[in-house]
Amino acid sequence: MKIDFVLNGKPVSVEVAADDMLGYVLRDKLEVTGVKIGCGEGECGACTVIIDGKATVSCIYPAAKVAGRTVTTIEGLRSNGQIHVIQQAFIDSFASQCGYCTPGLILAAKALLDENPTPTRDEIMAGISGNLCRCTGYYQIIDAIELAAQRLKEGAR
Amino acid sequence: MWNNYLFAESVDDALSQLASFAGQARLIAGGTDLVLQSQRGQCPSTTMIDVTHIPGLNQIQMQDGYVLIGATVTHAQIASSPQIQSQATLLAQACGQVGGPQIRNVATLVGNVVNALPAADGAVALFALNAETQVASLDDHSQVHYTWMPIAEMYENVGVCTIDPCVQMVTAIRFKPLPPSAGSDFQRLARRRALVLPILNVGTVVELREGKIADARIAIGPVAPTPFRATRAEQALIGQPATEEALNRAAQLAMADARPRSSLLRGSQEYRTAMVEVLVRRALNNAVRMAKKEAQ
Repeated sequence: MKIDFVLNGKPVSVEVAADDMLGYVLRDKLEVTGVKIGCGEGECGACTVIIDGKATVSCIYPAAKVAGRTVTTIEGLRSNGQIHVIQQAFIDSFASQCGYCTPGLILAAKALLDENPTPTRDEIMAGISGNLCRCTGYYQIIDAIELAAQRLKEGAR
Repeated sequence: MWNNYLFAESVDDALSQLASFAGQARLIAGGTDLVLQSQRGQCPSTTMIDVTHIPGLNQIQMQDGYVLIGATVTHAQIASSPQIQSQATLLAQACGQVGGPQIRNVATLVGNVVNALPAADGAVALFALNAETQVASLDDHSQVHYTWMPIAEMYENVGVCTIDPCVQMVTAIRFKPLPPSAGSDFQRLARRRALVLPILNVGTVVELREGKIADARIAIGPVAPTPFRATRAEQALIGQPATEEALNRAAQLAMADARPRSSLLRGSQEYRTAMVEVLVRRALNNAVRMAKKEAQ
């Protein structure tokens, strides 16, 4: 079956099998490899993408469902050649070690900040509770999201 | 896995499509359980019929004195609904603890019920709310026919729902909003606070009238093949003042009646049995505290 949707601001059209999951379609057919497959069972959050504003695990999300919808991956956060404020905050806060969970965490953080631009530390922790990181111990990640919220509030781009 | 993925445009359409595939098709909403079951070979259906495009099913509303939750309402919608937070607090708490945010954004409460697992947080809360499910079927003349079923009658065994998901559709869940004189609470014990199955979960509702317990409901999972109501503990509370002693005794009765099994995933029988008392006591105390606060 053929599906049309908007990927990172651009319309795309792709042939998928009825039982293809979105994460694999993005990586293998559309070469959007910022989407990382970790557990493949919706437990780790590495494959997180944003669908119509909501963070979703793409590894168990049937690709057929995204027809007509808007999907954002980590590749879609760059604008005018500049990385996103949240990405810069992750760099500045040393919030990434091996990096495998990072795209998913940044997208979870983006979905959170889009809905709630001034989250408390507890709200940040709840917002990223669907993402596992085996390296950092999470504190630098929480710091990074706090920093990003602060910079976004100050209007930095 | 399946080799056909279709969308239904109405309840009528969904049931007609199911009928045309004669047992080979199933309905899918969020798919967070169904995809994994299918990948593991536990779901033989070769066609998936997606119900998430059906208009009108994605709402939480009041109807005929009931809170009505449509078939495609997600856990995230329920957890963040001010109406559910105030009129069925334990359900908002339960739905807010399932999986992680990404799962809650797509997983539906109705799917949780049809999947019929005794550990399902949302379902345990629904047992304490005396909820009912609306089941749609086609009659002999291919007309859609709706019936309301008590939530407990939906559960046959672990993972087995009494409705036939290849023929019927659960279109909504409803329950009476809790009165201001009632409090409720949901307790969940798990190894971590997200993305893990519960070791135990408990939902309570306590209604106070003139200083005495007018109604008490205690639902526990997973301690039996289906979510479990601790009826002996409930009966012991009704008519009593909400004293620490009465709540403790009810928690002990609940522990005596619940029969958790030893499980590699969830812990030993001894530990889980002991924790039933702790969680029921906490959940009763929190519900009573809320009922008292509401009464002021």
